[in-house]
Amino acid sequence: MSNSSRVRFGVVVFPGSNCDADSYHALTTFPGVTASYLWHKDTSLGDVQAIVLPGGFSYGDYLRCGAIARFSPIMRAVTSFAQAGGLVLGICNGFQILVEAGLLPGALLRNTGLKFICHYVNLRVETTATPFTRACSEGQLLRVVVKHNDGNYTVDAPTLERMRTNGQIVLRYADAKGGTGADANPNGALENIAAVCNETRNVFGMMPHPENSVETALAGGGDGRHLFQSMIDHLREQAS
Amino acid sequence: MKHTATLSDALKLGLTEPEWHAICGIQGGEPTYVELAIYSLMWSEHCSYKHSRPILKRFPTSGPRILQGPGENAGIIDVGDGWAVAMKIESHNHPSAVEPFQGAATGVGGIVRDIFTMGARPIVSLDSLRFGELTEPRQRFLLDGVVGGIAHYGNCLGVPTVGGEISFEPSYEGNCLVNAMCAGLIRADNIVRAIASGVGNHVVLIGSKTGRDGIGGASVLASQEFDETLEEKRPSVQVGDPFTEKKLIEACLELLGRTLVVSMQDLGAAGLTSSSSEMASKGHVGLDIHADRVPLREQDMEPWEIMISESQERMLTIVTPEYLADVQEVCDRWDLDCTVIGAVTDSKMLRTYWHGELVGDIPARRLADEAPVVRTPPVRPAYLVDDPVAVTNETYPQPPDLGAALLELLAAPNIASKRWAYEQYDYIVQANTVQIPGSDAAVLRIKGTRRGIAFTTDCNGRHCYLDPYRGGKAAVAEAARNLSCVGALPVAVTDCLNFGNPEKGEIAWQFEQAVEGMAQACETLETPVVSGNVSFYNESFGNAIYPTPVVGMLGVYDDVAVHMDHRFKNEGDVVLLLGAADAAFMDGSEYQKVRFGRVEGRVPDVDMELEKALQAVLREAIHRRLLKSAHDCAEGGLAVALAECAIASGATGGGASADPEARSPRFLGAQIELSTAVSRADLGLFGEGPSRVVVTVAPEQEHAVRELAGSVPVTRLGHVAGTSLVIGVNGRHAFDIPVPDLYRAFESLPVHLT
Repeated sequence: MSNSSRVRFGVVVFPGSNCDADSYHALTTFPGVTASYLWHKDTSLGDVQAIVLPGGFSYGDYLRCGAIARFSPIMRAVTSFAQAGGLVLGICNGFQILVEAGLLPGALLRNTGLKFICHYVNLRVETTATPFTRACSEGQLLRVVVKHNDGNYTVDAPTLERMRTNGQIVLRYADAKGGTGADANPNGALENIAAVCNETRNVFGMMPHPENSVETALAGGGDGRHLFQSMIDHLREQAS
Repeated sequence: MKHTATLSDALKLGLTEPEWHAICGIQGGEPTYVELAIYSLMWSEHCSYKHSRPILKRFPTSGPRILQGPGENAGIIDVGDGWAVAMKIESHNHPSAVEPFQGAATGVGGIVRDIFTMGARPIVSLDSLRFGELTEPRQRFLLDGVVGGIAHYGNCLGVPTVGGEISFEPSYEGNCLVNAMCAGLIRADNIVRAIASGVGNHVVLIGSKTGRDGIGGASVLASQEFDETLEEKRPSVQVGDPFTEKKLIEACLELLGRTLVVSMQDLGAAGLTSSSSEMASKGHVGLDIHADRVPLREQDMEPWEIMISESQERMLTIVTPEYLADVQEVCDRWDLDCTVIGAVTDSKMLRTYWHGELVGDIPARRLADEAPVVRTPPVRPAYLVDDPVAVTNETYPQPPDLGAALLELLAAPNIASKRWAYEQYDYIVQANTVQIPGSDAAVLRIKGTRRGIAFTTDCNGRHCYLDPYRGGKAAVAEAARNLSCVGALPVAVTDCLNFGNPEKGEIAWQFEQAVEGMAQACETLETPVVSGNVSFYNESFGNAIYPTPVVGMLGVYDDVAVHMDHRFKNEGDVVLLLGAADAAFMDGSEYQKVRFGRVEGRVPDVDMELEKALQAVLREAIHRRLLKSAHDCAEGGLAVALAECAIASGATGGGASADPEARSPRFLGAQIELSTAVSRADLGLFGEGPSRVVVTVAPEQEHAVRELAGSVPVTRLGHVAGTSLVIGVNGRHAFDIPVPDLYRAFESLPVHLT
């Protein structure tokens, strides 16, 4: 494989990010992919083709999650990149930051159980018409871990209606049989929503952690690979 | 400014009259108030180990894998391929009893600092917790706060909390136990020790500003019993800031990795005083500390307050002048304070200055290593008995419904699933977790190698109460057995010895006996003690906790792919019991407590030779891939162990739903026929004894396992079959319970918490 065909990801490091290294590690398990860290005080993204905003507790998240990180110098560059059509994946805290930055609709409230939760969930793929799920099949169940305090997704009714029409609801929490009842909802999220994308489908936020499900030798299993593979396929196609 | 202290000041600070005279002798007259405050902390039980030091010498502490034994911030063990593991366990009982959330949170923060101070990246946390009974609202408040505090701090740091234990006994009602363990990975040739050196080098304080929080934490809280003044002690508890600690981890690992600092020491109990005197004492040098240069959070702090404050998230480093600018640059990048507060000298004295004036001048060795030793003559407690209880139909009537008795045990808080707690912990961050909480031990891989490591914490306080020697021995044996059950070779111990007031003869006796039992087991199993902590004064209103010597243990794998769990895997597999089939006792069992409301008798002694052979067989069988599952028979006996294997068969690890069928597609049960020489069916099912492990094997492998077992007894119990647990004892049907019903009982802990 020639060097030019390598896919280049940037992983943003905010102070308090703690899944930055896991995201970096996950990306490097894919052949032909390189990852580099981007510091929160950087003002340029360099030559990366896609951005990952990782999980963690940026700036401690002692206020509303992501509320400070969105003012980081790098977020100006991330916003321009997203507006120009670049792929941006926000995982957990990254999702919260994207919502705070106005790059994704809605908000993430405190879990209805008022506790941090860490356990496996089944995610039902609602649409494959995104660069983040194109390698999945519709209705496919992905077993991935959630770990958060504030993953209770909400959005106003008119926006929700628009999101439904546009197919912006990408993943939902489901039970082992694919049902999306209240029983399968870990955090109170509206309509079991686990992941959404923007109207132009290049910005994607999800509460569960696909970067912890890329190796079958580990407890997390390998279901998270489908999402990264989708991004990689999309970027290769664009480059060719 | 230079106040001279008095005997009455000394007594108020918890020092004794003989200690006061010793201090006057060393100082050549009455000490200053700063000096007295420093002595009171450093000579407190918590910092000086004055009641335990001679007895701790009993532990084996060295071995071919041991790179660093006790005496540093953490012990270090060679785990192969140039990698080493730094590990330690530490108590935060007293702060947690006063303020559970912050007490537990800062317990995690402190133990994590001990690990990265050595240059190791923290990769796993475990927590061993003890509370009073959950029927008491305050105990539910404490449990909720402690688990929340651990989650708050550990999750924010990104250090996975992958194991531990929680149990409940009335003896912990006034004094809960919060023992936090952490381990880190380090290259074996990059170990950093907390030794000051290089006269003229800078003493640099990194991290949070210093405030009045935690003043006297070690002496006020950890070196006294609790009474009705509990609430007044809340200001002595520190408040944690995991965000700053996360930045501190990254900055310090960079400083150590680039060798920009000579050495490093975290500020724990007794703050600046203990860190500076320990570093100076180990390096045979002196340190001059300018207390007025310490960045403060509150104005108008006195020099003695600055010297003993236990504000969290601070590190003391020794830096050569040429690297100071580089150190500043790293700290600036992570937005951390970095302040030169003093210098290394050749005086061997810890000198404290306040705006240029010398206000304290103490030989560092006297503080750090030469606190007076106190020996309380041990007295054998009168409650102890020599023989097991007589199990008669009058004293222990056999329950009419053994199935109901099993469900009752599964729902008992000590046995029930602790999912409510561990699902509040991020147990998967850092991408090393091979086995999630809920099995016999936590298993992690070492990235870039085939190797793995496993961890567990164990101690049955009730057993230690009934016989501290046997209980201490059993705690080590069980920890090692848990590691062997997952296929890991046990290699080292870190211990947290929780006891009552050591000034009482009975407590001194319990302590010596428990240490003796543990030491013997560690010798036989070749698992040296590399680090640990002693926590005394765990009493409230004069009532001591059960003696609780918690054993944290490390196991290693050459190839982590062989790791084993306890889930039943396939219909038709043969269920075998390895070990002493008829060793099932009422004494100290969960069954005795739950069903009969008693704690009495004498626990059996572990046959260490059998134990060692059993574990070797188990590991070899796992290594040769002969087993499908393995599970230690512990609280609740054989029936509970079998039930747990069945319950786990369907649980592929969490999920939102409380409904077992929605969480899992299927469960596997078993058809068991138990032939036992034990006098009663209930004892055979629920009685407890050491050195017993339930395993499953494919039918064609049974012969190979029996051959491998040699002198270790192997008993065939039945088959994995159906979706119910069906058990008969000596030809008589005992019960037939669908696994989802077992699951519901086992998962009933949260009911107590709402």
